[in-house]
Amino acid sequence: MSARILGVLDRKVLRDLWRMRGQVIAIALVAAAGVSLQVSMGGLTVSLSETRAAYYERYRFADLWAPVVRAPLPLAMELRAIDGVASVETRITAPVLFELGGEGPPPSGFVHSLPQDGSQPAVNALHLAEGRLPAPGSSDEVVVLDSFASAHGLHPGDSLTLTLAGRRENVTISGVVLSPEWIYAIAPGQLAPDPALFGVIWMNEAGVAAATGMSGAFNEAVVRLMRGASEPAVRAALDQALAPYGAAGAYGRREQVSDAFVSAEIDQMRTMTRMMPPIFLIVAAFLVNIVVSRMVAVEREQIGLLRAFGYTPLQIAGHYLKFASVIALLGLAAGAALGAWLGDAMAGMLADYYHFPFLLFGLDPGGYALAGALALGAVMLGAAGAVRRASRLTPADAMRPPAPADYSRGLGARLIAFRQIDHQSRMVLRQLLRFPLRAGLTGAGLTASAALLVCAFYFADAVEVMVEEYFTLANRQDLSVHLADQRAMGALDALTARPGVMEIEPFRAEPVRLRFGHHEILTALTGVVDDPRLARLTGKRGETIAPVPGGLVLSRDLADRLGAGAGDTVLAALTRGARPELELQVIATPQTWVGSGAQMRLDDLNRALGEGDVINGAVLRMDAREAGALYAELKDAPAVAGMQFNAEARATFREIMDETMGTVIGAFILFACVIALGVAYNAVRVSMAERERELASLRVLGFSRGDVSYILLAEAALITLAALPVGLLAGAGLAWTLSLSMDSDVFRLPFMISPASYGYAGLILIMSVVLSGALVRRRIDRLDMVKVLKTRE
Amino acid sequence: MASLDAEPDGAAPTYQVRDLSRVYGDGPAAVHALRGVDIDVPEGELIVVLGASGSGKSTFLNIIGGLDRATAGTVRFRGQDLHDASDAALTRYRRDHVGFVFQFYNLMPSLTARENVALVTEIARNPMDPAEALELVGLGPRIDHFPAQLSGGEQQRVAIARAIAKRPDVMMCDEPTGALDSKTGVRVLEALQNVNRELGATTFLITHNVSVGWMADRVIEFADGAVRENRVNANPVPASELSW
Repeated sequence: MSARILGVLDRKVLRDLWRMRGQVIAIALVAAAGVSLQVSMGGLTVSLSETRAAYYERYRFADLWAPVVRAPLPLAMELRAIDGVASVETRITAPVLFELGGEGPPPSGFVHSLPQDGSQPAVNALHLAEGRLPAPGSSDEVVVLDSFASAHGLHPGDSLTLTLAGRRENVTISGVVLSPEWIYAIAPGQLAPDPALFGVIWMNEAGVAAATGMSGAFNEAVVRLMRGASEPAVRAALDQALAPYGAAGAYGRREQVSDAFVSAEIDQMRTMTRMMPPIFLIVAAFLVNIVVSRMVAVEREQIGLLRAFGYTPLQIAGHYLKFASVIALLGLAAGAALGAWLGDAMAGMLADYYHFPFLLFGLDPGGYALAGALALGAVMLGAAGAVRRASRLTPADAMRPPAPADYSRGLGARLIAFRQIDHQSRMVLRQLLRFPLRAGLTGAGLTASAALLVCAFYFADAVEVMVEEYFTLANRQDLSVHLADQRAMGALDALTARPGVMEIEPFRAEPVRLRFGHHEILTALTGVVDDPRLARLTGKRGETIAPVPGGLVLSRDLADRLGAGAGDTVLAALTRGARPELELQVIATPQTWVGSGAQMRLDDLNRALGEGDVINGAVLRMDAREAGALYAELKDAPAVAGMQFNAEARATFREIMDETMGTVIGAFILFACVIALGVAYNAVRVSMAERERELASLRVLGFSRGDVSYILLAEAALITLAALPVGLLAGAGLAWTLSLSMDSDVFRLPFMISPASYGYAGLILIMSVVLSGALVRRRIDRLDMVKVLKTRE
Repeated sequence: MASLDAEPDGAAPTYQVRDLSRVYGDGPAAVHALRGVDIDVPEGELIVVLGASGSGKSTFLNIIGGLDRATAGTVRFRGQDLHDASDAALTRYRRDHVGFVFQFYNLMPSLTARENVALVTEIARNPMDPAEALELVGLGPRIDHFPAQLSGGEQQRVAIARAIAKRPDVMMCDEPTGALDSKTGVRVLEALQNVNRELGATTFLITHNVSVGWMADRVIEFADGAVRENRVNANPVPASELSW
């Protein structure tokens, strides 16, 4: 490093950085946290969106799904002719039960038919991870969704026993696939994917048709639109063309479960990317501000000397900006590396739940550039005020030492009257009142930290409430059984007679379009018994909200999407039977945190549809000791299309929440501590540097290290105590904002923070400040009384 | 030595300094600030310490004031050794026995004149009233002013009031007039001389200014880390008659 390459002033920058390395590192870490979040979450948002877009494009993901009861195959020609339709694939989709041996709950899922000639479907093509598609014309070969295959160790060549429309079939696995339809492979009505209990298979059309009695027909059309086509128009045309065949109503990607989950994930990530990095960068800017301000104050004489030597104001400004920019670059470098690692780790975690043939966390240069610009911008902005002051000092001004800080004005001076305050405390209070802006900004930094901490613990609280509400309060059944089709009430008696069944409630769930004003949503309308005890919608105190004759109970999220409230009459368009349009009065809109619900009385629903007293499922409580026997019987019951198990669902949901939320909570706590440490350490360090002389004088006058530490640390303690309640309140506000912005079709975050969460947040904040104090306390102990007293300030 | 709660012992010297040396750093870069100083200082004297920069006079004062420790040799304060005193014992020694006055005043800017004095009287064993101490240095009317509202001379007199308010046994004044003009400096020296006469505190006054030596009971001159001259001034003049 020669002096020619590096000017003398640059060497001063390096030495200043080294001398103040503790503070420099603290600030760089805060900036790094912001940068790493921007890089990782911003990058992941981009890569997830782009991966999804590429996947959907390459594998011809459908824009619309149009389920019907049974439509003749030639109708496909008519559908292809609809204006705006690019391609149509007709297929048979049917529920399937898997027989994998063992006592545990049996897996269920779906089978989709594939073109008979062994080609890829025109819409929703498959990505082969292993093996090949079923041979042309074969009727005993299937391909299996990879999540299910890996959960059970299935590979091409293995055989598989399944129950399809009540018929037991033995098939051979020809391949393992991924599908754009099943990126997030979750059973209908479930909260979390359970790859062991939910599977999807594909087989040639003839095989599915033979088993389900659908030869020459299809029960689902999947449609890709032309670029620029109007989705509502095509949907209306599809519904019209398919109406005679029992169309449930076409739906788009928004209502497709897998895509809805992926979209919710991307939206959440985007929200976090917008909210989190700015907090860190603002804090970093503030820290740079106090540190550089302090430097300029201390170096007045040096600045004056440099100006006297002929250095220009610009050179002076450049000197301090270099100091600040090195901090920014350190933060940027650390943040970029941390962000790349974090992004990779998060992508890996996402890949556990979202199955893409490729998901690379892209090191997006644009993202880095943005993060870099934000970090540099924030730090420069933080330094700007002090740098401007430095460059405006004239040689004469600067060479004159600054007058002692004047404490004679303002609130602090009035403390003279309060004799009972001891003098050390007086110094602490006057310092705070004399520099309220700095105290305020330090407080704001600690507030931000406390807010993040509250948010972190809030997530855990929210999950607890969600689990409690959904699994303990609302859904008290052990098992839900879905029947292959409408069955007479007698099917219920058959179920009741099974071993171990202790309590049972039938239901009939039908697709419905609810309309209110100009809003329309596609959902499931469930006919339930008059006083549901197992699967319920519940009020605030956990009481059952049962539908009354002619009335509809609508979960709050659906009511909000419709813009309807209790007392309003909504239109319910059903697609079965006579396709009636019912006018139903909303009698209550209970809040559900997980899932949605639209319930009416089973009798009312059956009367309206005119297909007799039928049901298509039941929820039941069972004797756990007889579970094995019950599962075995249900697996073989031809009427049973699928089953869902509450205990397993709860465990899976828990596991996923623990992993994903656990990571988020851990990261929040870590980042909050970084902020608290950075802010508190810098505040105490700067205060110490400014008052070194005072503190040394006190030591000389016979005050102990403890007395001197008190003056310095009491200031931080007071600011912390003031910031704490504000921070907890701000955390509640942030949590509330998050609860609003993370509102998806699948779940909503309840806004509920437990007292313990506030307690933990406060405790961690206080411990961070205490740790900062302890770090500085070592310097108080090493205070060189003689040196400090000999030098003029 | 458990404590430094020493009482004066008739004719025995306040300080007995033997072969005192202080070395900063080591090896070839070592600086020998003091090289074997021997001095006895009787109770109640006003001692002016003279010497060029780097002669060792401040190092000497810092060691006998309990701010620094000798590398070798002994310092006895009223018969008790400062060299072996613990850090806490030195803090107590400074608190109970020593009053300091510095060139740059070292007042707490956030405390008023009265509060600056009270800061010390609060932890002293037998202090005077802060107002009384300020009266002694002629600052009665400005008692509730903050340092920023006082002139340099006034600030230095607050510092003297702070030093004397605890009724110290020893006053350590390091260049107390260094930052003041001559007229103000004389007023500060007058205050110090008064305090020495009235309280009987052994007073060390470090200065570059040779003419200050006229007001001393004893003049000690340092050169190259050693005592070059230690002479008694039989007829000290009042500070008010000094000028430079």
